[in-house]
Amino acid sequence: MNAYTDLERRAFALGQAVGLGFIQPLSLMRPGSVGCILTVSGSSVSDRDVERGLLEMGFVEGACVEVLHHGFWRRDPLAVRINQTMTVALRRCEASAVLVGPLLDPAVGATSVSNQERDPS
Amino acid sequence: MTTGVLTAENARRVQIALVGPPNCGKTTLFNTLTGGRQKTANYPGVTVERKSGRLRTPVGHTVELLDLPGSYSLRARSPDEAITRDVVLGRQAQEGLPDAVVCVTDATNLGQHLRLLLELRQLGRPLILALNMMDIAEKRGCQISIETLSRQLGIPVVTTVAMRKNGVQDLLGEIDALLNQTPAITGTATTEDWQEPSADVIRAYHQEVERLLREAVIQEAAPERLTRQLDRVVLHPVVGPLILLGILFLMFQAVFSWAEAPMDWIDAGMVSVQQWLAEHMEDSLLKSLVVDGIIAGIGGVVIFLPQILILFLFILLLEDFGYMTRAAFLMDRLMSGVGLNGRAFIPLLSSFACAVPGIMATRAISHPLDRLTTILIAPLMTCSARLPVYVLLIAAFIPNTTVWGGIGLQGLVMFGLYAVGIVGALIAAGVLRLTLLRGGRQPLLMELPSYKWPNPANVLLGLLDRARIFLRRIGTVILSVLVVLWFLSTFPAPPAGATEPAIYYSFAGMIGRGLEPLLAPIGFNWQIAIALVPGLAAREVAVAALGTVYALSGDEGAVSEALTATLAHDWTLATALALLAWYVFAPQCLATLAAARRETNSWRWPAFMFIYLMALAYVAAFVTYRVALALGGG
Repeated sequence: MNAYTDLERRAFALGQAVGLGFIQPLSLMRPGSVGCILTVSGSSVSDRDVERGLLEMGFVEGACVEVLHHGFWRRDPLAVRINQTMTVALRRCEASAVLVGPLLDPAVGATSVSNQERDPS
Repeated sequence: MTTGVLTAENARRVQIALVGPPNCGKTTLFNTLTGGRQKTANYPGVTVERKSGRLRTPVGHTVELLDLPGSYSLRARSPDEAITRDVVLGRQAQEGLPDAVVCVTDATNLGQHLRLLLELRQLGRPLILALNMMDIAEKRGCQISIETLSRQLGIPVVTTVAMRKNGVQDLLGEIDALLNQTPAITGTATTEDWQEPSADVIRAYHQEVERLLREAVIQEAAPERLTRQLDRVVLHPVVGPLILLGILFLMFQAVFSWAEAPMDWIDAGMVSVQQWLAEHMEDSLLKSLVVDGIIAGIGGVVIFLPQILILFLFILLLEDFGYMTRAAFLMDRLMSGVGLNGRAFIPLLSSFACAVPGIMATRAISHPLDRLTTILIAPLMTCSARLPVYVLLIAAFIPNTTVWGGIGLQGLVMFGLYAVGIVGALIAAGVLRLTLLRGGRQPLLMELPSYKWPNPANVLLGLLDRARIFLRRIGTVILSVLVVLWFLSTFPAPPAGATEPAIYYSFAGMIGRGLEPLLAPIGFNWQIAIALVPGLAAREVAVAALGTVYALSGDEGAVSEALTATLAHDWTLATALALLAWYVFAPQCLATLAAARRETNSWRWPAFMFIYLMALAYVAAFVTYRVALALGGG
């Protein structure tokens, strides 16, 4: 066990990622881009249910997500693949509660960068 | 069965609950385990179906297997999932605590599905883990150490291939092993102080699942490619909706063209029964009741069975294939615009066959307000019972000409009536969500399962279920209504020297004539008013009633032919159009109101549904009539 609590370590990672400009909410990710979930937040009371719902569908810290598709109108909802096994549909509104950072696995990370660059934004 | 070791006394009658996340192949497993020995009933109070089946284990125990609604967690989010929670916790009235729980998981998606198992394990009840779809997982190179998993979890673990009859032997063996133990039920206390897991508890479960999988999974499955590739087309922002439209078009085409032949058979069968009875029964009131009241009325409803079955065949196939959630995905944005959920798409689609199964299908919608809104607008989808009336009036009043590019005007009017219903429903939903049913938006969180070939047995059993529900309803609600209607339109008998048809003098005639002043502003004459009285119970009955009012006789085909001519001569175009507009909105179906009552568990919402639809119908008919008159349709 090290001296930092889980929460502190998470906050540290978050700050680092924001500083590097890598971090973004799931709702802003483009189809084809991948990342690793940093936090699933339910700060306000009304969000608590959304947070649990997200967790139950597999949106948990550390999971790898890939945005596959979005709807035809206002690019809503999103179809997201979690850990390469399960695909989940969710609206942008809920997706904004999920903060996504870069993938640390170099094998998958390489494709992620190229995808993000190719996408016009 | 293999053995006579078991005497009658120590063969226990036990109940085992089948629990699992959606899309884990639980229903297929249930069907394989129980075969055709299934029973569908309803839980008291709520209308979630209680699906149970019997099976005999190799040793000879008789087991009642309960198929509980799919759920990702015991923290229930919809009425369906609440039943799963309540049964597992022994809180469901009239249902004991199950003797054991079999948790079914998709072996290709253990990372997500094992969490439910951990929640169940917390309860301390006898539990078996079934890794389903193991064949698919192995094909994709997945290797799992069953022994490690079983040791780590402390419960029996078996692999099952639900599609194959011999794929469930291990599970049956484990059930036997569990039942032969002296029931070591230690944890009844834990089911009583069960609490909804908090976010942190769920996170802990996630970590535990990861640890378990690190221990037990020898080789991970290769990611599935086919689903991704198909989704690239099916969920494409432009191509996807076009495919959806194409599928819907094909579906409705099939509903109307394939159903034609069986509908003719049913019609012919009913007519011959009617004729046979007419010849062989003595003239009496009973004959009138049986021939004119019951047989004719039931014939008018049973005739929709082929259409309903074909529509459900498509829905079940698409659902089994995994497309329905994609359709919900594509429709979500459109429907969330009026405050609905993408999931409401499936109930509304069913409502095109009949609003009753549509209303029942709303159980899968988790948010109560979303669900209520969907129930309230379901009757606006053009169900097949409206068709006889539409067909009759269109044939009588709309010229069979073609407008731009070979499209028939009659077909166009029919399409227009469908469109008015859909648009009306969307507007009604939007207004309801802004006024009476205002409330927070429910998140859409929906798994898009991998595509797989539909299982014929599943689809067949599902279809039989639908047919059974439909026929049972005819045997109960509709039958009793028909008897009442027959009474209303037969008594009192016409006086001697009556000049009008008999129904004119009956109670139905009195009610109709009483309503006439009210209906005159929208262009309805007393004949329509009388026909609408029995038509209130079931829409299609109005055609037969109009036949009676205009004193036409003969079999159904002859009546509607003669009726077409009579109406074209007797009514103005404005009246006909007003009646069509009325039929788009009017809540003329007791079965729908009864279903809404059961689903909402009160008379308040069906009463509201009746009133708002009636008001809409009146306004629509009034506007149509006045506009048509002004444009010279008098």
